[in-house]
Amino acid sequence: MTDAKAPVSTAPVLAVDGLTIALPRGGDRAYAVEDVSFAIQRNEVVCLVGESGSGKSMIAHAILSLLPSGVRVAGGAVAVNGRDTARLSGPDLRAFRGGEAGMIFQEPLSSLNPLKRVGAQIAETIRTHQGGLPRDEMRARVEGLLAQVGLPTPGLLARSYPFELSGGQRQRVMIAIAMANRPALLVADEPTTALDVTTQAQILRLIDDLRRERGMGVLLITHDFGVVADVADRVVVLRGGRVVETGSAEAVLRRPRDPYTQALIDAVPRARLRPPAPRPEGAPVLSVEDLRKTFTVRRGLFQPPRRVVAADGLSLALHQGETLAVVGESGSGKSTLGRMIMRLTEPDGGAIRLGGEDLRSLQGEALRRARRGLQIVFQDPFASLDPRQKVGDAVARGPMAYGTPRREAMAAARTLLERVGLTAAAAERYPHEFSGGQRQRICIARALVLQPQVLIADEAVSALDVSVQAQVLALLAELRREMRLAMIFITHDLRIAAEIADRVIVLQKGRIVEEGATRDVFSAPREAYTRALLDAIPGRRFFEHPGFTREPVAPEVA
Amino acid sequence: MDALKAFLRHPSGMAGLVLILAVLVLAASAPFLYPESPWEMVATPFAPPGEDGMRLGADTLGRDVAAGIAHGARVSLLIGIASALAALVIGVTVGALAGYAGGGLDAALMRMTELFQTIPAFVLAILLVATFTPSLATIVATIGAVSWPPLARLTRAEFLRLRRREFVEAAICQGERAGRVVLGHVLPNTVSPILVTASLTVASAILIESALSFLGLGDPNMMSWGFMVGSARSSIRQAWWASVFPGLAILVTVLAINLFGEGLSDVLNPRIARRRG
Amino acid sequence: MRRAAEIGIALGAWIVRLVAVVLVIATFNFALVRAAPGDPAQVMAGQSGGADAKLLADLRAEYGLDQPYAVQLARHLGRVVRLDLGTSTQQRRPVLDLIRERLPATLLLTVTAFALALLLGSTLGVMAGLAAGSAADTAFTVLSLVLYAMPVFWLGLMLVLVFSVWLDWLPPFGYGTINARLGPLGQALDLLKYLAMPAASLGAIYLAIYARLMRASIIEVAQQDFVKTARAKGLNGAQIVVGHMLRNALVPVVTVAGMQAGALVGGAVVVETVFAWPGLGRLTFDALLQRDYPVMLGVFLILSVIVILFNLATDLAYRLIDPRMRAGSA
Repeated sequence: MTDAKAPVSTAPVLAVDGLTIALPRGGDRAYAVEDVSFAIQRNEVVCLVGESGSGKSMIAHAILSLLPSGVRVAGGAVAVNGRDTARLSGPDLRAFRGGEAGMIFQEPLSSLNPLKRVGAQIAETIRTHQGGLPRDEMRARVEGLLAQVGLPTPGLLARSYPFELSGGQRQRVMIAIAMANRPALLVADEPTTALDVTTQAQILRLIDDLRRERGMGVLLITHDFGVVADVADRVVVLRGGRVVETGSAEAVLRRPRDPYTQALIDAVPRARLRPPAPRPEGAPVLSVEDLRKTFTVRRGLFQPPRRVVAADGLSLALHQGETLAVVGESGSGKSTLGRMIMRLTEPDGGAIRLGGEDLRSLQGEALRRARRGLQIVFQDPFASLDPRQKVGDAVARGPMAYGTPRREAMAAARTLLERVGLTAAAAERYPHEFSGGQRQRICIARALVLQPQVLIADEAVSALDVSVQAQVLALLAELRREMRLAMIFITHDLRIAAEIADRVIVLQKGRIVEEGATRDVFSAPREAYTRALLDAIPGRRFFEHPGFTREPVAPEVA
Repeated sequence: MDALKAFLRHPSGMAGLVLILAVLVLAASAPFLYPESPWEMVATPFAPPGEDGMRLGADTLGRDVAAGIAHGARVSLLIGIASALAALVIGVTVGALAGYAGGGLDAALMRMTELFQTIPAFVLAILLVATFTPSLATIVATIGAVSWPPLARLTRAEFLRLRRREFVEAAICQGERAGRVVLGHVLPNTVSPILVTASLTVASAILIESALSFLGLGDPNMMSWGFMVGSARSSIRQAWWASVFPGLAILVTVLAINLFGEGLSDVLNPRIARRRG
Repeated sequence: MRRAAEIGIALGAWIVRLVAVVLVIATFNFALVRAAPGDPAQVMAGQSGGADAKLLADLRAEYGLDQPYAVQLARHLGRVVRLDLGTSTQQRRPVLDLIRERLPATLLLTVTAFALALLLGSTLGVMAGLAAGSAADTAFTVLSLVLYAMPVFWLGLMLVLVFSVWLDWLPPFGYGTINARLGPLGQALDLLKYLAMPAASLGAIYLAIYARLMRASIIEVAQQDFVKTARAKGLNGAQIVVGHMLRNALVPVVTVAGMQAGALVGGAVVVETVFAWPGLGRLTFDALLQRDYPVMLGVFLILSVIVILFNLATDLAYRLIDPRMRAGSA
């Protein structure tokens, strides 16, 4: 059971050598990854970084022979503690999985069996590798593991079902399962991407603590250089299935050699805190007063309904040309706020004034007329365009609905599509022909063609890769200046908020916790919750290090 | 048009379509192939297949089984399609109303739909047809009345799903009028699943009709496959062909429609749903 | 303790639902007779019975047909609540007695068919789903599509043709050998021989439905992340299928099984007619021939109650399988 029993070997915990993974024929490329090599020593965290499509997740799956059917290792070797895992099969492979190497995944909810108690799912791992144990001993082991991953009341938790736990608790359970047999290697595939920022920080700290305690090697897959800066000893940067750069975290972050790596690091949004713009004079374009909303979730016939307060007296004012960021974790009510302003969700009380007119008192045609001044860009670029509508029509529909003749509206649509960085020819194509970033540009064009006074961006860049994210953010900033737009930027990512906003509102459980100029809130937060959020920003220490300077570069990033 | 091309490459869907076309041709050409009434006694009773000019044999009363099948195709298809249309009209109306209106009306309509889904639909069909005397109209109305609940539930679910989709909300924000949003964005995107279910409803309607006429509740003036099996079943020892072939006709037709429907479903399944799943 | 309370509440909700359905169907039955063309007494007496003046008078008196509709309906519902389903116009016996005699046969048939379809169907579905894409899976898919397209009555007849007429293995119809001197075990085996074909023809369609559903469900579950977790834990194939996939895959099958119960019970009417099985379906068919309305309406009511009981059974099964349902948080 103790580390002393394991022979101290000089072989790395994990050695990936020339790994090539072939995709099924007929796909858009032949190999998921080609000729990838790196190693992980004991007590070391190696981050595998890349954007979507880089093949990083495939490598993680290949290590435990968990590649989806049709995808196979076409060359190279993966050795764990000096043993070639590709040669393992049957009982040996199963003893290796969950024994020598544990793995955790991105979505903690779907990674746990929804119909089985948490304790049973952990006990199963122990039983598989160490044989059956007396009932009491097994219970003690399971509860011990739950306590080790920082879960309160392990006895109660072991008897719970996954749906009764929060996202962070589920991921801790997954870690307990992976840790159950004291593995030499932990493979973590984007383990914190689905979690809130404070939870992410806790989970990363937990992984790091466990690594130190047990001297494990950790392979952490991530898309976020902030995470890299916080936990990595060494970094492997992947692009399109090939390693573009590898080295110590310090070296890669401070002196990236490859332009792609440099571009990725540059694209990490950071608090470039500008002096606040002078508060505009005059009446606000949009003002929200004492907005209230409580969602009631009806449960069984005789059970009391559950109430969730999404807005508990929210007020804000927005002036022309100003950008207000609304930040908060999931369940803070930030999206509901945006939807209520758009009147997509009906508030229970309060007022929404656009240019002095109370939107809440409007109905039918009057509401439709008033809506023109308020537009929104949604989070999911794939769901927010009608798959049956040509892009040009999608953009031109807006002006046409307000009486602009079709030809004029189409001309405006083409102009705007060009302005957001697409070609006028895009108007004749369907949404599925575009990438996520391009679709988000179309959505921006669709919103702006109506020349609104206020634009609401609801997590508008959250679904995009960092480099694309940076481009879309830059586009929004330009358009805002050009059109003197007032913008509400709803986001969970404080880094993005700091980069784009003049002022920030921090929401928690439907209440405004803190509000102020971005620089003030970020440099001198008044509330403990804001401080906790800021402290949890991945890579904050690194990216805001005073001595951190780089030469500006202009890399070509697709 | 992509969907059409994909369907042409879908082997089982195309097999279904070809079979459906064959049954349609048979139904259309019945009066020319067998100009005599299928009720006429044209051969020796119990003439086996091939004898007495009877390709598929003759039944107890010397009626031509092949002629019955050809004429029965008209009834099966007519009733199948007409009742599926009736079910479609009822189901889509109820479902769209419930899905669009929400609230109390939605709850009331869904309770009613659930009730209709709980009761033994076929027994209800027997009661209705027996009460209002069997005829083409009553049979179509009855099958429509017992077949709409799945369509209503589907339509409602699709409406609810789409109403919350961002592209529909975006259209509202763009200032499109409610009617246009429903007609331009919601309905077109519900068409494919509804179309698939409707095509499967045709198949189940044919099965219900055949069971009704098997029990003697068919339109007495129209030769139908179910009736043929029903009238031949007591003489199954003497003339197996009189019950085997009409039943086979039902089987093939229903199978063809199901294959077609599934092919349709494979082809029309929206790309986005898959990408996001 | 909480579990017991939850189950109690669920049962309470079911009883409310049962009573509501009974009242709605009783009202529908009432309306149907009044909506039928002709004098309600005439309708009740049935066309085949002719217009026996005394019978018509009896019926008018029994159902109070000269009273206003509201009074008639109230009286009608009052009777139903007291389990008085009227008197058969042909057999001159209380409908409830007729139903009580026939009920066991119908329950035996439907429960056997349902259980057979569910057990065999899901087993086949699991096997096909695990071997998806293989030749055996393709054969299975074709077979299930064919079964699914088969008219129930015709499948019954074909079984008779093969197993009774040609092979002479099984009796073509009936409910046990008459006047056979058999012990209890012999009797049971004898009944089983008679039950085999009706249960097979009634269950076949549902077997195909459940098997296809289970196949799709297994394929879907196999792609879920928690199955990957199970593999990453080092479990073997059998442990993964039995310990993690089966229960999850069963959830949609059980849901659909509950929704299909109505159709299954309806199918029993046709099957009982084909095999002269002395259950409620056969009773319906005979009543239909004689247009014996009280019997037809009574059977409709009772069959609906049976469907609700099937629903209750599947709903309880659902709750057992899925803890999320127990908590009522769906």
